[in-house]
Amino acid sequence: MNYDAIIIGAGHNGLVTACYLARAGLKVVVVEKNDWVGGAAVSRSLHPGFTYSNCSYVSSLFRPEIMRDLELPKYGLQVLPYEGGAVMTRDGGYLAIFRDHEANRREFSRHSPRDAEAYDPYSRDVFRHCRFIRPLLMRTPPDPARFRPRDLAELAWLGKKTFDLSESQIYEMIRFWTMSISDFLDEYFENPVVKAYLAVSAIIGTALGPMSPGSAYVLLHHYMGDVDGNVGAWGYARGGMGSITAALSASLTDSGGEIRVGKGVEKVLVQNGQAVGVALDDGEEIRAKRVISNMDVKRTFLKHVDEAELPASFVKQVRNFKIRGSSGKLNIALDAAPKFTALPEGSPMYKGDLHFTDSIERMERAYDDWKAGHFSRDPFQDVMIPTMIDPTMAPPGKHFMSCFVQYAPPKIEGQDWTDADRDAFGQTCINQIDDYAPGFKDLVLHAEIRTPRELEAEVGLTEGNIFQGELTFDQLLFNRPVPGYAQYRSPIKDLWICGSSTHPGGGVMGAPGRNAAAEILRDIRVPTDMSDAYAVL
Amino acid sequence: MTDPRLHFKTPLRQTPFHSRVAEANVLNKWAAWGGYTTALELSDGEMEYSAIRNSASLYDLCPMVKYRISGADAGAYLNRLTIRNAAILAVGSVHYTAWCDDEGKLLDDGTLFRWADTEYMLCCQERHLPWLLDTAAGFDVAVAEITEEIAALSLQGPCSASVLNAAGFDVKALKPFRMARFAFDGGELTVSRTGFTGDLGYELWIAPDHAVSLWDKLMEAGAPWGIRPIGTHALDTARIEAGFIVANADFIPAHQALREDRVRSPFEMALDWMIDWDKGHFNGRRALVAERNGSTSKWALVGLDIDSNVSTEGSIIYHDKKREVGHITAATWSPATKRNIAIAQLLRPYHDQKSDNLWVEVYALRELQYAKLMLRAKVTPRPFFNPARRRATPPGNY
Repeated sequence: MNYDAIIIGAGHNGLVTACYLARAGLKVVVVEKNDWVGGAAVSRSLHPGFTYSNCSYVSSLFRPEIMRDLELPKYGLQVLPYEGGAVMTRDGGYLAIFRDHEANRREFSRHSPRDAEAYDPYSRDVFRHCRFIRPLLMRTPPDPARFRPRDLAELAWLGKKTFDLSESQIYEMIRFWTMSISDFLDEYFENPVVKAYLAVSAIIGTALGPMSPGSAYVLLHHYMGDVDGNVGAWGYARGGMGSITAALSASLTDSGGEIRVGKGVEKVLVQNGQAVGVALDDGEEIRAKRVISNMDVKRTFLKHVDEAELPASFVKQVRNFKIRGSSGKLNIALDAAPKFTALPEGSPMYKGDLHFTDSIERMERAYDDWKAGHFSRDPFQDVMIPTMIDPTMAPPGKHFMSCFVQYAPPKIEGQDWTDADRDAFGQTCINQIDDYAPGFKDLVLHAEIRTPRELEAEVGLTEGNIFQGELTFDQLLFNRPVPGYAQYRSPIKDLWICGSSTHPGGGVMGAPGRNAAAEILRDIRVPTDMSDAYAVL
Repeated sequence: MTDPRLHFKTPLRQTPFHSRVAEANVLNKWAAWGGYTTALELSDGEMEYSAIRNSASLYDLCPMVKYRISGADAGAYLNRLTIRNAAILAVGSVHYTAWCDDEGKLLDDGTLFRWADTEYMLCCQERHLPWLLDTAAGFDVAVAEITEEIAALSLQGPCSASVLNAAGFDVKALKPFRMARFAFDGGELTVSRTGFTGDLGYELWIAPDHAVSLWDKLMEAGAPWGIRPIGTHALDTARIEAGFIVANADFIPAHQALREDRVRSPFEMALDWMIDWDKGHFNGRRALVAERNGSTSKWALVGLDIDSNVSTEGSIIYHDKKREVGHITAATWSPATKRNIAIAQLLRPYHDQKSDNLWVEVYALRELQYAKLMLRAKVTPRPFFNPARRRATPPGNY
């Protein structure tokens, strides 16, 4: 059997690439080492009656152009916006975030009248940065070291976009892309709880603390998505994040694509400097005109490609690619809704994101533990209860709780995680929740505890980094994953990369997969009806 | 006192006059304004407008944002903040003013009240506390947001002075932009001869506890003159006739503008007449000097008189029916002048040298279908309506 393309890994980006190629008429097969599809956008049932979002847990970044092109709603995808959340404070209070502008201002003014009126200028500045970056997401970055007409044209486009900004905006942009979220928030706000809430998006998934330079950009990365045009809003995929990859799989199959699960790739087959197929770990070989890896850049080139086939400088750059794991995840089946002492009965905060880290200092101390090679003793948790909105993930009256936890290092003091470490990590998180919701522990029916070890072993994310590589300025745009290879190609002819290691990076966005497909189809001159990014007016 | 944490159950507040406005609002036409429930129209919008120009109208002004600025340097501080000279504003007086960011772009306009030598109140549409506090560095001044501490009513119309006199508040000698204080209901009422209608009128400021009694008193005293509570629609018609601009309707405050080309300077909003170049430094001065000296203003605010009687709200303006040169930010058929008027933004020099061939493209909705019209527009001075009774002291005895 000869294919036009083999895609390694049935994560969301691999499936997006596969879908676009199949719709353009290519014969594609996706091979997936697990017995299920999804990668880190996956919903599994590990306790009777409950469905988890095992890894990623909320959706905003997934590009609407892709949903529409690939007809994902027809295949069951629904994204449900959720309401604001709250950060609970150690003194028994809380700060909530509301979708309603006035409710939000009044809530902020309970903590600081000044900060209540600072939120608008703050939002304006963040959304100005969003307006700059959103059009870049669905374009292949130019290669500034080459002088092909298309690179020059793309550089010119980028240059014009930049110089369309006012002088002060250019200063602001350069500062923003390099500064820490703590410094950025200090320019607008005075209240520590307000700052703690707003800093969250800047640390999620990154091995930086809120005081680390570069963390402000990570906030932007979490703000530049939208739910039905509402920029910065987040939602739940109905049925869990696996609904996204389930819809992609159905769309792919309908377009004639094939998915083979339980098929791990041992090696990419290379002949005369050209990829010709893959060898599976069960000994089978599949041949194809090209191989596209959805795995991260380290895993792809350091584990599944013969290094002798690669330029030494490229191998070195890939080795040095920063992909440090920083987070863990708890998925909990609850017998009933938890009751947080601080939150008023029936308040909408239960339908949003709940945090307990009430100052940036506390967040930074949690990061200090990570630097010392230990999971945070007082971790930051992004706790969500999707079943407050989504009726499909737990039996009525019972709830699925998703806890995203920072920080958790790839190794514990230089040693591999043990089961005992993992259980201690889980207990630390559950204890923290119980501090704010007494009796919480008794509601736990089942808990899946995932450290970077589990994320790497199951999903294949090197060091458990959820973005397939950190989102620092040195690893973005034409430097992602490494200089000279930002256009989804590799040093080996016909071996491509399409995962979050590539531009524009991580999150369940689909843009890397879409952009990779665009490059492949461009190379072989096959027409596609892929949509361009919607214009930012 | 209800639990302040439960505010999310009522995201919109009610003003101190809400019980009375709700009673009058038989049409149930409400809208959110600045976090408050406010009335768009109470019983009949045209009759409400007519009350402004014919008798006396009562409008709930509470959502206007108010800041108290007090301290030994209050005057110097406001000179730094605003473009006009606040230090020479006499105690007991009010002036219209505006303020800019450091790039000389408009943040808001509003009215400044000098309560005492060292105490002012700034009244405006949008919220600016961080900017006001940042500007206070180096001044002996305290800035506080006091919107909820003061209930405000606007009493406007040719008979408004008569209504006040009948209510026991003698305002016959009160000149435009001056304030007077009266004992009322065990508290103190401040009356300023100000307003947003371009007609004779007053604004009344009182502690919220006395708000309802003030409303009742005015409605009772005003009955012989046909006093009428009004909603925002009627006021909006009157303010366009008066040529007044509104933040977030006629310009986007610089602190809110996502698109950098949306911000405007005082020159571009025809507010440059207020700038006091000699009072020393103020926010945005350097940029405004450069704009003045370099004649670099891009836009101009103009009044337009447009053919036909079809409202041109939101329309695009063309030169010679071809080249896009501006847009309309507010428009209405003017009952007082019998003209089709608009406030518009025009690229320079289409506001003067090249203003002879301007056209407005209008889509007029008639029974579910749009009629596309190209209407001739002429630049015309503001205010469109400016009756002598607005300034007469003592006011005419109607």
